[in-house]
Amino acid sequence: MNFEIPAFLPAVPEMFVLGMACFILILDAFLPDSRRDITYGLVQATLAGAAVLTLWLAGPEVVLTFSDSFIKDPMSDVLKLAVYVTSFFVFLYSRPYLMARDIHKGEFYILGLFAVLGMMIMISGHNLLTLYLGLELLSLSSYALVAFWRDNTRASEAAMKYFVLGALASGLLLYGMSMIYGMTGSLDIAVIASELTTADEALNVPLVFGLVFLVVAIAFKLGAVPFHMWVPDVYDGAPTAVTLFIATAPKIAAFAFLMRLLVEGMGPMHADWQGMLIILTVLSLAVGNVIAIAQTSIKRMFAYSTIAHVGFLFMGILAGTDSGYASAMFYVIVYALTAAGGFGMIVFLSRRGYEADRLDDFAGLAKRNPWFAFIMLLLLFSMAGVPPTVGFYAKLAVIQAAVGAGLVWLGVVAVIFSIIGAFYYLRVVKIMFFDEPKEEASEPVQPSGALATALSINGLAVLLLGIFPGLLLSVTHYAIAG
Amino acid sequence: MFADWPILSLLIWLPILGGFLTLAAGRDAPVVARRLGLSVAVATFVASLPLWFMFERGTAEMQFQEVASWIPAFNVNYHLGVDGISMPLILLTTLITVVVVIAAWESVKDRIAYYLAAMLVMEGLMIGMFAAMDAVLFYVFFEAMLIPMFLVIGIWGGPRRVYATIKFFLYTFLGSVFMLVALIWMYIQSGSFLIQDFHALQIGMTAQILIFLAFFLAFAVKIPMFPVHTWLPDAHVEAPTGGSVILAAIMLKIGGYGFLRFSLPITPDASAVLDTLMIVLSLIAVVYIGVVALIQSDMKKLIAYSSIAHMGFVTLGFFLAFYIYSNTGDWQGASLGIAGGMVQMISHGFISAAMFLAVGVLYDRLHSRQIADYGGVVNTMPWFAAFFVLFAMANTGLPGTSGFVGEFMVILAAFKADFWIAFLAATTLILAAGYTLWLVKRVIFGTVANENVAGLSDMNRREFFLMGLLAFFTLLLGVWPAPLLEVMNATIDNLVAHIAHSKL
Repeated sequence: MNFEIPAFLPAVPEMFVLGMACFILILDAFLPDSRRDITYGLVQATLAGAAVLTLWLAGPEVVLTFSDSFIKDPMSDVLKLAVYVTSFFVFLYSRPYLMARDIHKGEFYILGLFAVLGMMIMISGHNLLTLYLGLELLSLSSYALVAFWRDNTRASEAAMKYFVLGALASGLLLYGMSMIYGMTGSLDIAVIASELTTADEALNVPLVFGLVFLVVAIAFKLGAVPFHMWVPDVYDGAPTAVTLFIATAPKIAAFAFLMRLLVEGMGPMHADWQGMLIILTVLSLAVGNVIAIAQTSIKRMFAYSTIAHVGFLFMGILAGTDSGYASAMFYVIVYALTAAGGFGMIVFLSRRGYEADRLDDFAGLAKRNPWFAFIMLLLLFSMAGVPPTVGFYAKLAVIQAAVGAGLVWLGVVAVIFSIIGAFYYLRVVKIMFFDEPKEEASEPVQPSGALATALSINGLAVLLLGIFPGLLLSVTHYAIAG
Repeated sequence: MFADWPILSLLIWLPILGGFLTLAAGRDAPVVARRLGLSVAVATFVASLPLWFMFERGTAEMQFQEVASWIPAFNVNYHLGVDGISMPLILLTTLITVVVVIAAWESVKDRIAYYLAAMLVMEGLMIGMFAAMDAVLFYVFFEAMLIPMFLVIGIWGGPRRVYATIKFFLYTFLGSVFMLVALIWMYIQSGSFLIQDFHALQIGMTAQILIFLAFFLAFAVKIPMFPVHTWLPDAHVEAPTGGSVILAAIMLKIGGYGFLRFSLPITPDASAVLDTLMIVLSLIAVVYIGVVALIQSDMKKLIAYSSIAHMGFVTLGFFLAFYIYSNTGDWQGASLGIAGGMVQMISHGFISAAMFLAVGVLYDRLHSRQIADYGGVVNTMPWFAAFFVLFAMANTGLPGTSGFVGEFMVILAAFKADFWIAFLAATTLILAAGYTLWLVKRVIFGTVANENVAGLSDMNRREFFLMGLLAFFTLLLGVWPAPLLEVMNATIDNLVAHIAHSKL
């Protein structure tokens, strides 16, 4: 067996992030608590640097390296950039939250950076093992992040729950992967796909068996019904800054994971997994939207709304067309952007000892700070899918993909549940604009400079992308079709 | 001189940007906000006048077209244009917005800049919707206008405003999302979102019926038709005066416009099959809702029900076309019904606006909408009483007012279809006279009912101007409807010729 030195160039962003993460980890150990901003600044600079490297390497060609276990293609470029941008905003929003609670520790950013590295590997994985390793790096970092505020019992409970269920899902995933490996004899995504096209009829049953476990594991990680039970508890229990993180960027990586595994690897079995995804879609839309209505905690409400959004995401993918994948990608990026803003608003309203995570904490926001009430209004209407916000085009795109695949009824189901969904978003708008502020929180609020700017940019991006959705849609089509 | 100006884009974006400017400049300065808001509204109205004067009368072609690529991935274009159906509605929108802005001058005290901004943004969105030639663009404007209206009713509305505004939003959202699925389906079939391409698309009968029902949900809720009308009385009663005026004068017309732009030309065969259903629903609106209006004790609610009844005439006129054609083969009668519906829409825009303004005038003084709280207003407010009686007469369809023209045309068309339809439609003349004149009797005439009424002061110059303006258009359209008909003629003839061809 001869050993070739692999081409390192396509993986330079990953190596850069890894190197920086190790460096910051060591540096942080020597910094006094008052100098944590150095850690923060370096982490943000790492993200910016990774973005520059990714942009520098970006191109339409598909490059495989490390014995074909690592891929760099337009999709990986675009998704990585989306991950950097989302994480950048997330860290920016988190800082004031952590500082106000005396938990502004370097671990938060370093774990976050390792999670970003895990996402990058998930996005570029071209081998069942690489994909699995990326997922585990992300998951382990996320478990630690949820537990990171160790004095908080709810967070510890959430972390425990997250860890146990996440480990279970990883086990299922490995089991499914082993079935696929057993039937096809390869871990390489491309080889699996080509083996599947020529697979013996007799192998069909064990293959579907393995596929079921893959789909279940993916549904677990994304939080699709009926594998969603951890989502509300973890989102609600984790410190808002951490919820902000796990609710946004990892979804982008999970989308890539799904694309690599199901579409690129198991593509020839589209007919089999399409049916499974349809069931997950309908259940997620129904359960997510209906149960969200009953929530009084805005974090739990967003958790259920995420579940519903996962349903829409699946809708784009199950269509099985390039246009459908591009729509789903558009959806997930838009979702991450909107969710970041939504959780960012909770951070903005919270203070030490006051989490602002109940719906009525938003009461009368229009009187306390009209501008940010308007920003929140844009974010909420985007989640509800009302034009002219970008959320509408995301829904339009995935519904179009489903209708194009001949699933008109699924499109109808989706719009029915989006009406139900509109109600609970509207209720928040109602609370902000029509209700009077609560007595204990009626004074005007003004976020700190960086948070204010970032939230405004985030909210306006939702509007501007809605007025000019063509560019981002073209980018996602380019990412999928090359 | 203006022919190659992007007039339509100007009409859309001037009020939207002007609205945000009003908000930014006038947030803490109500005087600035009022002046700026009025300037923007008047400027938009003036900018819309070239549409009327430079409109080419004899053609059904889309005019003042603008095209720019918008979402290339879905072949969606920023494509604007107007024809004889949409142009008068745009002018109505710009005119009514001026009225609404002036009407808010003193009566809106809380956060006036936000109120005016919402109204101006809404104006731009409504014009965009009337001018859109691309289905996605249409849908975006169609939905986006829910947001400002939601806020207007919810912030400045009456005591039950939250219930009313959420009901309003969810009802209209419910209607429109099914239309979205239908639009996407047609895009998949035709590869384009251009509405004209949808018109040309051959569609099978089952699909046509499903598409028709999807459009029906969207537009019937907007118009609103029986039995999906229940949001309207709630929304109207709770909305501030300006919100009611915009709702009645323009938003309801969107439903009628949608039928003409989408349902009839895209699904002519389904429309022909389901015309009986539509006619029956329209007649229920005319007769049953008319009776319901009789027993209302709240003035705004009474006018809201009267609006539903009048809009029933609009849908009746539209769908009689198919009935007449299949029974007599006479397309002349068919276009009479559609033209009648259109005239009725424009006329109702003026009359309902005036009626709601009149209630607003009383409400500003006594803070009550209950009929029982008034009586003998003519003794203290003679000028107001004169206008009120005029608009009440117009509402009942008195010859010489615009209310007469549309109703007369529709009833005439109904006679060509079937005597009994005409008979039932004509009962509106009695019912409308019943509820409107009874309202006049209880509110305006009689002896002064209580000391509140005794202390009323007559309209000020601002209110007088508004009433006078609307009275002018009501009478002008009543005695000389020819210019309006001339503008619409070619488009309606073209539409009628189009729907005569089966798409099967």
